[in-house]
Amino acid sequence: GRLLVRCPAPGQWVLVEMVQAFYEAPAYHLILEGILILWIIRLLFSKTYKLHETYKLTEKEKEDLIEEWQPEPLVPPVSKDHPSLNYDVVTGPPSHKIIINGKECINFASFNFLGLLDNERVKEKALVSLKKYGVGTCGPRGFYGTFDVHLELESRLAKFMKTEEAIIYSYGFATIASAIPAYSKRGDIIFVDEAACFSIQKGLQASRSFIKYFKHNDMEDLERLLKEQELEDQKNPRKARVTRKFIVVEGLYINTADICPLPELVKLKYKYKVRIFLEESMSFGVLGEHGRGVTEHFGVNMDDIDLISANMENAVASIGGFCCGRSFVIDHQRLSGQGYCFSASLPPMLAAAAIEALNIMEEDPDIFTVLREKCKHVYKALQGTPGLKLVGVPFAPALHLQMERSSGSRDSDLHLLRSVVDYCLERQVALTLARYLEKEERFLPPPSIRVVVTIEQTEENIQKAVSCIKAAASTLLK
Amino acid sequence: MNICGYKLSGVHVAQVHAASHHGSLYNRSFIESFEETPMLVAVLTYMGYGILTIFGYLRDFLRHWKIERCHIAREKEEQKDFVPLYQDFENFYTRNLYMRIRDNWNRPICSVPGAKVDLMERSSRDYNWTFEYTGRVVHDVINLGSYNYLGFAENTGPCADSAAEVTIKYGVGVASTRQEIGNLDRHEEMEKLVAKFLGVESAMAFGMGFATNSMNIPALAGKGCLILSDELNHASLVLGARLSGSTIRVFKHNNMQSLEKLLREAIVHGQPRTHRPWKKILIVVEGIYSMEGSVVRLPEVIALKKRYRAYLYLDEAHSIGALGSRGRGVVDYFGLDPCDVDVMMGTFTKSFGAAGGYIAGKRELIEYLRSHSHSAVYATSMSPPVVEQIITSMKCIMGEDGTTIGLKRVRQLAENTVYFRKRLREMGFIIYGNMDSPVVPMMLYMPAKIGAFGREMLKRNIGVVVVGFPATPIIESRARFCISAAHTKDMLDRALSVISEVGDLLQLKYSRHRIQPSLARPFDNNVYEDIDD
Repeated sequence: GRLLVRCPAPGQWVLVEMVQAFYEAPAYHLILEGILILWIIRLLFSKTYKLHETYKLTEKEKEDLIEEWQPEPLVPPVSKDHPSLNYDVVTGPPSHKIIINGKECINFASFNFLGLLDNERVKEKALVSLKKYGVGTCGPRGFYGTFDVHLELESRLAKFMKTEEAIIYSYGFATIASAIPAYSKRGDIIFVDEAACFSIQKGLQASRSFIKYFKHNDMEDLERLLKEQELEDQKNPRKARVTRKFIVVEGLYINTADICPLPELVKLKYKYKVRIFLEESMSFGVLGEHGRGVTEHFGVNMDDIDLISANMENAVASIGGFCCGRSFVIDHQRLSGQGYCFSASLPPMLAAAAIEALNIMEEDPDIFTVLREKCKHVYKALQGTPGLKLVGVPFAPALHLQMERSSGSRDSDLHLLRSVVDYCLERQVALTLARYLEKEERFLPPPSIRVVVTIEQTEENIQKAVSCIKAAASTLLK
Repeated sequence: MNICGYKLSGVHVAQVHAASHHGSLYNRSFIESFEETPMLVAVLTYMGYGILTIFGYLRDFLRHWKIERCHIAREKEEQKDFVPLYQDFENFYTRNLYMRIRDNWNRPICSVPGAKVDLMERSSRDYNWTFEYTGRVVHDVINLGSYNYLGFAENTGPCADSAAEVTIKYGVGVASTRQEIGNLDRHEEMEKLVAKFLGVESAMAFGMGFATNSMNIPALAGKGCLILSDELNHASLVLGARLSGSTIRVFKHNNMQSLEKLLREAIVHGQPRTHRPWKKILIVVEGIYSMEGSVVRLPEVIALKKRYRAYLYLDEAHSIGALGSRGRGVVDYFGLDPCDVDVMMGTFTKSFGAAGGYIAGKRELIEYLRSHSHSAVYATSMSPPVVEQIITSMKCIMGEDGTTIGLKRVRQLAENTVYFRKRLREMGFIIYGNMDSPVVPMMLYMPAKIGAFGREMLKRNIGVVVVGFPATPIIESRARFCISAAHTKDMLDRALSVISEVGDLLQLKYSRHRIQPSLARPFDNNVYEDIDD
């Protein structure tokens, strides 16, 4: 029942009336109030609960701690005979005939696939550009660092690759490492091949997304991961609607010298609605009828690939890198690609050299066929090397020679391979060990010798190199 | 050490009482000022952004309902049901604010980026969504935007000649990494020269300044280490610190009390939760901060570093060549010993007219980097003509080419800087930063003035750089002038008169204490002005 309130005089509460109100109150009201009072009493008497110990140290204790603390040395000492400490010194231009450690050798180690490193036309154009613009650009692209040469190179690359737009970076490593974090943020999902190169790994790390590795070139493994993700999405459709998904693969893998199965990837793309980023550093200027890379090789429509990234330091023999694709995708990097916005632009003479290299590539598409023939030839010739196995596909220009039977420890393998390289250097064939950062690579490739085929190598050169390697292997790898 | 602060009509001034303690650290005057934003200006700026945001929503609404033509690139038809690549709200600022004044950035040039530059004329018929090139060239625009501190951006002279020779001899590319077959003898010579220039044991060079930071900080610090980084550090330092996996703590900009507090806390309490001691502590600072124009308080940082046994990483991207009586950077400016800085990093883009970056320090450090740096193993080495440009320009600055051109340029830059800053102050603009820093930020505040200032200056043939959010805090947009040794006094005078004219037109002379030209301010070693919270 409701309480009848007779307005008493202000400040005058008669005790009897209060007791009466108490008796007339509804039961639930009383029970609730009773529970509340009991709860308050319990809280008042319970033990105080601290989230973490906040002990107070005295000033003297703090000073003592500061005195006692000894940091590690800034860098751990590196032993004098660390294999990566002593570089081979090249005097003179690193072209077909290379003078390494004082000895003139035939170059089977630089990624100079189309032989453009000492092409006269390229040097001429670079010289003209130097006389017009000087060397450096003195600013990032946003602040008077955009030269007409850059704009020309971007439009030429876009035209060459038959895409809408291209964007250039001043450092090959930074290209894919800045492109991935520009699109993929925390919470997004990226499916990557295990054999992805180090710059892709750094891009993945910078993006803070979920990374899912699938076995190298294994489309079934990738499909399994995609199906799992689809099931996850169905459980939580709201989250799935804002989670972007990407697949990152390379055209020709630098670590394993084989090719990615692009048509299957495109099918998976449309089936599971993921975007494809293709890294074509080793295949740009190598594969395809006109050198456009792995998309031309397989006849895949360029529009199906969301982003193609490549560096201009291999076939194009300049410095820097570029990304190309539809304007919808590429334009975003102009404001959010870290390596583009916060770094000085490519020196104009290097951009001019790249334009001239593109000219040469467009004028004479036969060089790609010639290069592929040479690659097949070297591939066949190196089969059957005692103690070494050749890793790669026949048309890949940068092959790996790995130990057929590992001796058990990586260090001794490296030592043996280095002795093979030294043997060949003595006999004027320049080779090199493939270098990796052992502690930083996610899936460390086995130690190997890099054999690079370039268009400038003659039949004689190849014969000499192959016989030299075979002799080295049989002598040293018994 | 006692610090008392008091407000003097909007400028914070701090005076140090333990004069001897600080007096012995600084053997030159250190004068910085960051005048506070006037209240009315702040209110008007916020109002400006508010109006722009409302209009932004209105335009988005019109675009959505197809009343207004949409210029934004769209996703492919076949991929319309994919998860959208960009969220609408991420690009709100780009679509509605940046687009309107986009013509102030990415201006293409077609000549040497020297003291005067030729710009390609652009026009837009759809409010900056697309640009067309009219084909005309705007000649002889005074260039106050390029980082050309010592004037080595030139296409004639000994640097250009030797670079030309090397281009013919070596070509342009290298096509291999340093550890494989891309290590040229020129690279090693350049590194020895850099070490000699800085006065340290050895140095190593990389092809890109940004990548120098982002690839080498992870090699120096890892899990279990602590990185103390300044609030306003460059994106490359932030990225390098993040990629390293260490714990990062940020201290207030150039504020030594904040840094000391963090150092003490870190050593006393150790790693969070486990309280294990930190493996090492790395303090990351820059020589000159390019958005503020402030110079790092290096003597104090070195004193702190020695006391608490931390390591110091100094990024001299803007200060190498630009500060110091011999052009050797901020260490030379304060007259300190280069061996006190554990890791000296810098870039060749700004004062040397080339490209790339370097790290210098003790021999053990460089040997470690030669074997463990990401760049040495995976990135192509530097292009030979660029290396040659670095060698020639560095020899010029050091005086080893037999001339005094280098020294003259260093002096000219210092004179130009002091003169330019003094005149701008006298005119009544708010200028941030240290008295000696060749980077001069001038406050604009209001968003509309960003676009207006850039355009008006270009109309009068002066090219300037304007920056707004997100490179600066939202209400503190500014114009940034970069002084060069190649600027003659006439160019500076013309630039100054034009700036004054535009300043009157746009009402930019916000400063509340105009300095009278004739007043000679006494420079006291122990007085320095800064903003401190």
